[in-house]
Amino acid sequence: MFSLESLTTLVQDWLNKTFPPTWALLIEFVIVGILAIALFAALGLVLVIMERKVAAWIQIRLGPNRVGPLGILQSTADTIKLIMKEGLTPDGADKFLFNLAPFIVMIVSMLILAPIGFAKGFHIWDINIGVLYVSAISSVSVIGILMAGWASNNKYSLLGAMRSGAQMVSYELSVGLSVLSIIVLTGSLNINDIVLSQQNGWWLFKAHIPAIISFVIFIIAITAETNRAPFDLSEAESELTAGFHTEYSGMKFALFFLSEYINIFIVCAIGATLFLGGWMPFHIGNWESFNHIMDYIPSFIWFFGKTFFMIFLIMWFRWTFPRLRVDQLLNLEWKYLLPISMVNLIVMTLVAIKGWHF
Amino acid sequence: MVEEIGKTAEGDLIINVGPQHPATHGVLHLIITLNGETIKKVEPHLGYIHRSIEKMCESLTYRQFIYTTSRMDYLSAHINNHACALTVEKGLGIEIPARAQVIRVLMDELTRIASHELWWGAMAMDLGAFTPFFHAFRERETINDIMEETCGARLTMNYMVPGGVMMDLHPNFQNRVKNFLTLYKRKIHEYDELVTGNIIFQNRMKGVGVLSKEAAISFGVTGPAARGSGVSCDVRKLYPYEIYNTLEFDEILETEGDSFARYMVRLREMNESIKIIEQLIDNIPEGDFQAKTKAVLKLPKGEFYQRVETARGELGVYIVSEGGTTPYRIKFRSPGFSNLSCLDHITRGGKIGDLIASMGTLDLVIPDIDR
Repeated sequence: MFSLESLTTLVQDWLNKTFPPTWALLIEFVIVGILAIALFAALGLVLVIMERKVAAWIQIRLGPNRVGPLGILQSTADTIKLIMKEGLTPDGADKFLFNLAPFIVMIVSMLILAPIGFAKGFHIWDINIGVLYVSAISSVSVIGILMAGWASNNKYSLLGAMRSGAQMVSYELSVGLSVLSIIVLTGSLNINDIVLSQQNGWWLFKAHIPAIISFVIFIIAITAETNRAPFDLSEAESELTAGFHTEYSGMKFALFFLSEYINIFIVCAIGATLFLGGWMPFHIGNWESFNHIMDYIPSFIWFFGKTFFMIFLIMWFRWTFPRLRVDQLLNLEWKYLLPISMVNLIVMTLVAIKGWHF
Repeated sequence: MVEEIGKTAEGDLIINVGPQHPATHGVLHLIITLNGETIKKVEPHLGYIHRSIEKMCESLTYRQFIYTTSRMDYLSAHINNHACALTVEKGLGIEIPARAQVIRVLMDELTRIASHELWWGAMAMDLGAFTPFFHAFRERETINDIMEETCGARLTMNYMVPGGVMMDLHPNFQNRVKNFLTLYKRKIHEYDELVTGNIIFQNRMKGVGVLSKEAAISFGVTGPAARGSGVSCDVRKLYPYEIYNTLEFDEILETEGDSFARYMVRLREMNESIKIIEQLIDNIPEGDFQAKTKAVLKLPKGEFYQRVETARGELGVYIVSEGGTTPYRIKFRSPGFSNLSCLDHITRGGKIGDLIASMGTLDLVIPDIDR
């Protein structure tokens, strides 16, 4: 069976045989860096065209269909346009912070990529506190957004950044609690261990109703966390024109845009890992022959399939729901989601202690 | 410079919404004073699309001036033209052929539906849902095609002339309208499923931008915006013109006065318009589509006033004639201007999102406000 694990071990062994260990490590860093950036570029292009096609499908129209076959090169053309555009810095903006902000947001998205397992034995950094690392790093991106809003010297940007700050800080709690409820079951923060613990079934199905509740809460909270509609108050086109990135143009705008899509990918990947088994194929208990057939589908297809299914869900939300108002947004989190997820965590702990899950 | 963001004398944040802003649907300029997210004051500034239509009309003949009025409230061009034609006819004292009257009412009601469709899509877009816009345009396109076939234009139709309508109906008209009716009835439930029943939408609309009955009357609010507050003000019922007194339809009234009531009034009004069209579409009488009029129209000396119900409210046309071929003075009482005047009243104390929702349900068309 085709596996990426053999590929990575092959490269690792060859490098260690040919070069001294320091050089081998350095070369590995370079390879990983190039791969990460390439993945970023590819994901950005794919997700943007996917969003536009999904939107078109929901809105009974065709969507981009001129550049390349079925319009799949449209986002490439858009990127080229954005690179060519002048990156304007408004007079009166805090120039240093203004130019720094998009890079902070982007770097944060890049860093979160590290512990995600893309396929069996294929991840950048097998760190033992993987999930904790993700939630810690992801909270830094709010600083980039606040910085962008503040440094633009624009009232719309400031309002957008304020909203975004309140929103992301609030919804992180729900994300954290629903992630915790799976951690309670697995007893490990390591992403690889979490995936391996779903060998005989995904947690979404194994852990009864509490898992489903925390999955729903997780999806709602990550939609808010990534500032996507119906929680896109920080951009709120019809209220704040473009929110925190009103003043950005050219590639600096593109970095915000790109990091939004990368963030969606990452949170969906985390969700797929925790609830849908990451790269683990669909297994049912001890149906040996069924599990064997499922194993023939390569693990990276399982991973990307699940992730893109969740991305599709989030896009579906965006093109269906109207936007919440800012006070309703915070009410939803503090009055409903947070208490529910707290109770749910206790129930889940009980399930884990008593071993009631499959 | 950064330290100075939003510093005013009172420490409030003052924001210019518009003249170029996605939510104002035109060049309306609102100066809003904010305390955090809460609105303290909204001050509309007008005049960005003032084309002095009223003054222009003074140098145009009674046949010509009607065409400028299509550009006032471009979403109900037929109804504007209708109002002007009625005023001139009142002055001349001409009797309109029955066929022309029916055609006019049919066109008016189609326009009303098209206008409400566009409002519905734009309203949802203001609230952050993009998809309804495209669903609304699917039906609206059908109406525009009907208009294009008969009138030759899709937006500024200029179809109503003093004495009747400019030309006869296209042979396809009846079939096309019937197709539209079936399409509309098949699709209208999607409107409720996609937007009306949505919990987020209802939370955004209910109890927001409350306009009491008394306030609606004192601000001179008319049309669906006033009927959402329980003010009975449908000109088609109260001061019937053409054949409206022979038709079966209800005046839609809601009593809550909030944004959701105004929303429901418009949605239900579309069904009433459908009812009117169904009564007329098979009963278009044969005969002339235009009364015989002189080549040069001269109104007798005097003052003439006629009101009609546009998609947005009451449009009044006031003509002062000195007996010549051009009016001495024309004044339009446009619904948008009065409806806008209550915006400050209904949005104070709300959030920015409430301002957008309330403004959406007032259904403002800026060229109608400025003229």
